[in-house]
Amino acid sequence: MAQTTETKQPDRWEGMADDWRSDQRTFKNVPWGKAMMWIFLVSDTFVFSCFLIAYMTVRLSTTDPWPYPSEIFALSIFGTPIPLILIAIMTFILITSSGTMVLAVNYGYRRNRFMTAIFLVITAILGASFVGMQAFEWTKLIVEEGVRPWSNPFGAAQFGSIFFMITGFHGFHVSIGVIFLFIVARKVLRGDYDTGRRGFFTSRKGNYESVEIMGLYWHFVDLVWVFIFAFFYLW
Amino acid sequence: MVDIGNTDIDALPVAEVEEADLYHAKSWITKYVFSQDAKVIAIQYSGTAIAIGLVGLVLSWMMRIQLGFPEVFSFISPEAYYQFITMHGMIMVIYLLTALFLGGFGNYLIPLMVGARDMVFPYINMLSYWIYLLAVLILVSTFFIPGGPTGAGWTLYPPQAILEGTPGSDLGIILMLVSLALFIVGFTMGGLNYVVTVLQGRTRGMTMMRLPLTIWGIFTATVLALFAFPALFVGAIMMLLDQVLGTSFFMPAIVSFGEHLEYGGGSPILFQHLFWFFGHPEVYIVALPAFGIVSDLISAHSRRNIFGYRMMVWAIVAIGAISFVVWAHHMYVSGMHPAFGFFFATTTLIIAIPTALKVYNWVLTIWRGNIHFTIPMLFSLGFIVTFLNGGITGLFLGNVVVDVPLSDTMFVVAHFHMVMGVAPLMVVFGAIYHWFPLMSGRMLHVGLGKVHFWITFLGAYSIFLPLHYIGLLGVPRRYFELNVGGTPADFIPASVGQLNAFVTVITLLVGVAQIIFFINLFWSLRYGKKSEKNPWNATSLEWQTPDMPPGHGNWGPELPPVYRWAYAYSVPGFATDFIPQNVAPSTMPGLENIEDG
Repeated sequence: MAQTTETKQPDRWEGMADDWRSDQRTFKNVPWGKAMMWIFLVSDTFVFSCFLIAYMTVRLSTTDPWPYPSEIFALSIFGTPIPLILIAIMTFILITSSGTMVLAVNYGYRRNRFMTAIFLVITAILGASFVGMQAFEWTKLIVEEGVRPWSNPFGAAQFGSIFFMITGFHGFHVSIGVIFLFIVARKVLRGDYDTGRRGFFTSRKGNYESVEIMGLYWHFVDLVWVFIFAFFYLW
Repeated sequence: MVDIGNTDIDALPVAEVEEADLYHAKSWITKYVFSQDAKVIAIQYSGTAIAIGLVGLVLSWMMRIQLGFPEVFSFISPEAYYQFITMHGMIMVIYLLTALFLGGFGNYLIPLMVGARDMVFPYINMLSYWIYLLAVLILVSTFFIPGGPTGAGWTLYPPQAILEGTPGSDLGIILMLVSLALFIVGFTMGGLNYVVTVLQGRTRGMTMMRLPLTIWGIFTATVLALFAFPALFVGAIMMLLDQVLGTSFFMPAIVSFGEHLEYGGGSPILFQHLFWFFGHPEVYIVALPAFGIVSDLISAHSRRNIFGYRMMVWAIVAIGAISFVVWAHHMYVSGMHPAFGFFFATTTLIIAIPTALKVYNWVLTIWRGNIHFTIPMLFSLGFIVTFLNGGITGLFLGNVVVDVPLSDTMFVVAHFHMVMGVAPLMVVFGAIYHWFPLMSGRMLHVGLGKVHFWITFLGAYSIFLPLHYIGLLGVPRRYFELNVGGTPADFIPASVGQLNAFVTVITLLVGVAQIIFFINLFWSLRYGKKSEKNPWNATSLEWQTPDMPPGHGNWGPELPPVYRWAYAYSVPGFATDFIPQNVAPSTMPGLENIEDG
């Protein structure tokens, strides 16, 4: 349609109302997969919120004293215990991986196959090292300090229970993310998204939206970590 | 909307995206078993849900014969009785009603009613069903394991749910929680599909405010489920850890059989909050699709547009939103602060406003309509009455001062069976009688249907009205036996025993009468009267498919265009009393003047 007359751009609220009362799509220019990921993430937010609220409740309900996080999460480097150093590094790594993910999405939009794949792989490696360091932290807590899900030498038994449960659930999310990052990276590198090669399971044509959807999930996992970090290590 | 200055009255916005390609099954197995077609998945969901629902029905008989004729049937031990209660509740609320309304009707009707070829992600939709089936199988398996299924009551309250002395406190509760977690995972896969299909997958001309109310009900219920199930998921995981690893999330310090248990410092009330943050929206997850479907049935069978369409939509949305802030009215006797009781009583009573609005609008839709007493209409009328009845007792129980003496009595049982048992099932039956021709191409037998309706409707009242009365007398629920040493406890009048026997007999009769329905279903599938296209003269899109039953991909080469809302019934000045959504305005003079509600 060759429409030359300029129509006045509606303001934001009007524009939103227009979208909601229009046909076909409520969120214009949002592909199905992206809409689905957003709604899933809201649902997942409820899961993590319930976990964190349960944590706060349990921390209040328990009668034993809560252990000092800065002592338990300290790491001795060359004989000097430095509080929260490991977790600081882990957090730094995870936040950095969000940056590399953004670059991957950006290169995906430019249809730069090689650079997209490189940054996806870097993100995956950063994520994997985060999980590795978490495994190290768990090992240290379990083997050296004797923390168990049902008890620990420092005070309230719930400390170990809730710590392993929430960081474990988050670590599970990161691990799933790492696996999918590698899968998406492989597809990008092979050119599936350029040729529209069909997925093995879904038999749908692939495209670069997958990179962005992957990015949404990855940023969400990072954001959740910020809350877990604040509630566990700083409170 | 932007005026494009087009004078063509048939003009619709252009298609925004090209169609996604559809998966075409290559073998019998991918067509009928591991099918990615939402219609097949819908029937798989419905079949599984109804099958497990029959198990729940038999369990209710077991409870009733114990209550009606205590000390007669020796095979029902107190432990078994608690297991029956637990499994009956869980099965009916989650594995039957949630799965049937959203997985069954949602899958079948959403793509057809919004004018799509399928759900947005058929593969994930298929996974959803198979995970649901796995959850059901795990649930059923608990009947055959040592110790049997859990007997913790359907609310699974800790600490007793996982302590020795409760039946199935070992493997029974573990498998129950695993099954619930799987159900939630499976449901999330389906639910995301339903929501995205409604939001992003509509056909040209189909605006949100032209959607049939069925879709609004299912859509809002799915959104509720996506935000409410996480709380149950978290509660299930935490209780699983309490049971398997010995953590103390929900477990306070306990002395059991004279021994100090290892537990200590947890909060049982926390579980109640998590459970009911899911549990109350769950009521509306079941009720909202029923509201939506019944609106369409009433409108189509009284040949009248739904009264106050926009208000009906907003009522659905408002009920959904408020349902997230009422959950603690299930916990008035948990020892919570009276100020919270005040807050939750207020929100609970506020929710009655949009609900009452809906009831008025249904009645006003029928008012002076051209009522056809078809089977779906009978069931819809039955729904309005039972729902009104159950809703009003809800107002009693929503008030703290009235609830406290009635708490844990048969009155509560009668209330929620009326409002979320009988009422939604009325809609389920009505909907099956209404859409059976679409699914099979044949009509269900009318005579058998009428017999089925009257037995079910009158039977439900004969069962649950006496239970209200018994409850007001103070008879507690979940009691295996009301007798103390062979004679009734002194606060219970002797007439309660007679009423209980009456209720039991009726329960058995109504249960057996459902055979009529199944005979009708299977007989009509094969030998029923062939249905013409659109037998109810309905306006909504699902009846306008090129083939009936709709084929793979639902529509012909082009998706149907939509020109008006779904309630253009008995519009003055037209020869037919219904104008389907996809009839182009240029085909009849005056059509372009029909306005949406």
